Amino acid sequence: MQYIFLVPLFPLIGFLLNGLLLGRLKKSVISLIACASVGLSFLVSVRLFMELLSLPAETRILQETLFTWIPSGDFVVNFGFMVDPLSAVMILVVSGVGFLIHVYSVGYMHEDASYGRYFTYLNLFVFNMLVLVLADNYLLMFVGWEGVGLCSYLLIGFWFEKQSAADAGKKAFIVNRIGDFGFLLGLFIIFWQVGSLDYMVVFEKAPILFVAGGGLITAATLLLFVGATGKSAQIPLYVWLPDAMEGPTPVSALLHAATMVTAGVYMIARSNVLFMMAPTTMAVVAIIGIATAFFAGTMALTQNDIKRVLAYSTVSQLGYMFVACGVAAFAAGIFHLMTHAFFKALLFLGSGSVIHALAGQQDMRFMGGLKKHMPITYKTFLAGTLAIAGIPLFSGFFSKDEILWKAFSSDYGSPWLWIIAVGTAGMTAFYMFRLLYLTFFGEGRMDEQAKHHLHESPKMMTVPLIALAVLSIIGGYVGIPHVLGGGDNFNKFLEPVMKGIHGEAVEHALLSAGHSAALELVLMITSVGVVSLFIFLAYYFYRKNSTAMGQIRQKFSWLHKVLFGKYFIDEFYGLVIVRPLVNFSLFLWKIFDVIIIDGLINGMATIIGDISTVLRPVQSGKVRSYATIFVIGVMVLIGYFVIR
Amino acid sequence: MIPVTHYLILSALLFSVGVAGVISSRNLIVMFMSIELMLNAANLSIIAFSRYLNIMDGHVIVFLVLTVAAAEAAVGLAIIIAIFRNRATINADRFNLFKR
Repeated sequence: MQYIFLVPLFPLIGFLLNGLLLGRLKKSVISLIACASVGLSFLVSVRLFMELLSLPAETRILQETLFTWIPSGDFVVNFGFMVDPLSAVMILVVSGVGFLIHVYSVGYMHEDASYGRYFTYLNLFVFNMLVLVLADNYLLMFVGWEGVGLCSYLLIGFWFEKQSAADAGKKAFIVNRIGDFGFLLGLFIIFWQVGSLDYMVVFEKAPILFVAGGGLITAATLLLFVGATGKSAQIPLYVWLPDAMEGPTPVSALLHAATMVTAGVYMIARSNVLFMMAPTTMAVVAIIGIATAFFAGTMALTQNDIKRVLAYSTVSQLGYMFVACGVAAFAAGIFHLMTHAFFKALLFLGSGSVIHALAGQQDMRFMGGLKKHMPITYKTFLAGTLAIAGIPLFSGFFSKDEILWKAFSSDYGSPWLWIIAVGTAGMTAFYMFRLLYLTFFGEGRMDEQAKHHLHESPKMMTVPLIALAVLSIIGGYVGIPHVLGGGDNFNKFLEPVMKGIHGEAVEHALLSAGHSAALELVLMITSVGVVSLFIFLAYYFYRKNSTAMGQIRQKFSWLHKVLFGKYFIDEFYGLVIVRPLVNFSLFLWKIFDVIIIDGLINGMATIIGDISTVLRPVQSGKVRSYATIFVIGVMVLIGYFVIR
Repeated sequence: MIPVTHYLILSALLFSVGVAGVISSRNLIVMFMSIELMLNAANLSIIAFSRYLNIMDGHVIVFLVLTVAAAEAAVGLAIIIAIFRNRATINADRFNLFKR
């Protein structure tokens, strides 16, 4: 029996129930519906995953067509779902992490007036994301793609009474629209050439119908990548993600970890057959990825808002995933996506717990010393920090190192890529430990009143934190590389999806024979060394000798200003794109619309009105004058006929 | 025998008197009588032609017109009485409600 459709169905039911009965349910019922729906779809996902595992590796694919969605001549699109190793990983992450975030939200949002609306949106979000990853064709994926965009708008602008939140929601939506446009154009090219949008058909026919490395496939993949930069917050469209902080903290966790931003990486991994045919695009993906990773990392160094640091860190980590995709290590990208989902959700929820305890304070300059007040939050947060920094034995280490190694060794990679990536890993360690020290160590810098209110968060919030901490620690063990004596199971599991052009597994084809295991070990040790160095630096500057930091900051005040101002990219966009657009719109409104269009319409009306004013006295309403005019008219007519 | 032109001239004169009456008078009753005058002027010319051409059709038509005129007089007078009851006047220039 096929039951794939159950996975997205449960959140949809939850959305409908909570949405239709908005404001009529008790909070406990709302949370039960919302959490249970996502939990159930997680259970179904696990069941599907088991079923997939029981199949031989080559035939691990489950498909189910619910109905024909668009039958229009040659253009036929099915409403169908597909589970293969890639989407199995995705649904497990989306529903699993999503479920934990739902549970956490019950504790976090319990005082919010729009409790029902919140969970309605949250369920819709999970539903759309599941449709996105389960779709068996590009068009259905696009439905989920757009739905996720809509939900991000709704959730980022959840507290829409606040101007900044409403603006951030708008920004996220508009920036994403730009990417979506590119994505759609890419789909058009694919359909034009292949005549279908079904994954199976496209991936089978594309190598025959497209010229490898040719202009068309390069254009198509580049356009798809534009879509990915929008959703996955890469240069140049990353600007929406840091502003997405305006939403409630669990929303940030959901946006940044399990859903939304992973969509772009998933899409590229899914289309690996197409991307492998366009080396130019691969290079662009890798370069954009590494640039994003690096620059977002530097931006995170100086931020004071705890969530903002995490936001830039997300952008930076996503850059890593794109580097992996760009060097044809798609499985490594998905691996990092998964571990990142664990530890980034953990970090966001942990920061939410901190903000909760401090009654909404997000500025790290007014935190400190929380370690003794919030032991569970601290311990779990520490686990997340170690994981993201890439400390050995934590999940982030395995996935990040996989990417670093592939960036170095793959045919598409280069040592330069590796050097920048390692530098970024160092920065990651630095800013994360800076955050840790500023928040949990040292003296409390909050005011006295806030100090009294400090408390550990309720069970509803700490239990998901613990679960995620466990996942952040052990999540990497599914993919221990050969060099460390593991089985590289994660890569093997994804191998059937990541086929190259000729059907061989990409990973094997690309690993040059020259690189030995010893080199891999050396590189691994180097990167761990760099990370440790940066952790020590963070320790030195923020624990030992905090005046030194101030001196450095003064010495390089221009650099600090640039970093703190986030390279003034927002201002630049504002000046170059937003301002001209606004001015042009103002022109269209005030000049074109008001004067020309309205002028034409009103002018016509005025002319007709004037004519009427002149003619109005004729209609005196007096019978006798009508009769007089009538007689005169008759006489004129008779006169005319007589004279003629 | 009186030539047909005399009848026609009389008819035209009667008609003109009727028209002048409708245009110049403010009294609804007078206007009404003027309209009747015009009708009968038309009747006169019809009967004159009928006699002149020796065809009986004209007589029939005149009877028809007289019948209609009688019915019209009944309705018209009823309207005038209704107006008078409502407005206490039969001055035609006072009835220009459409104007407002």
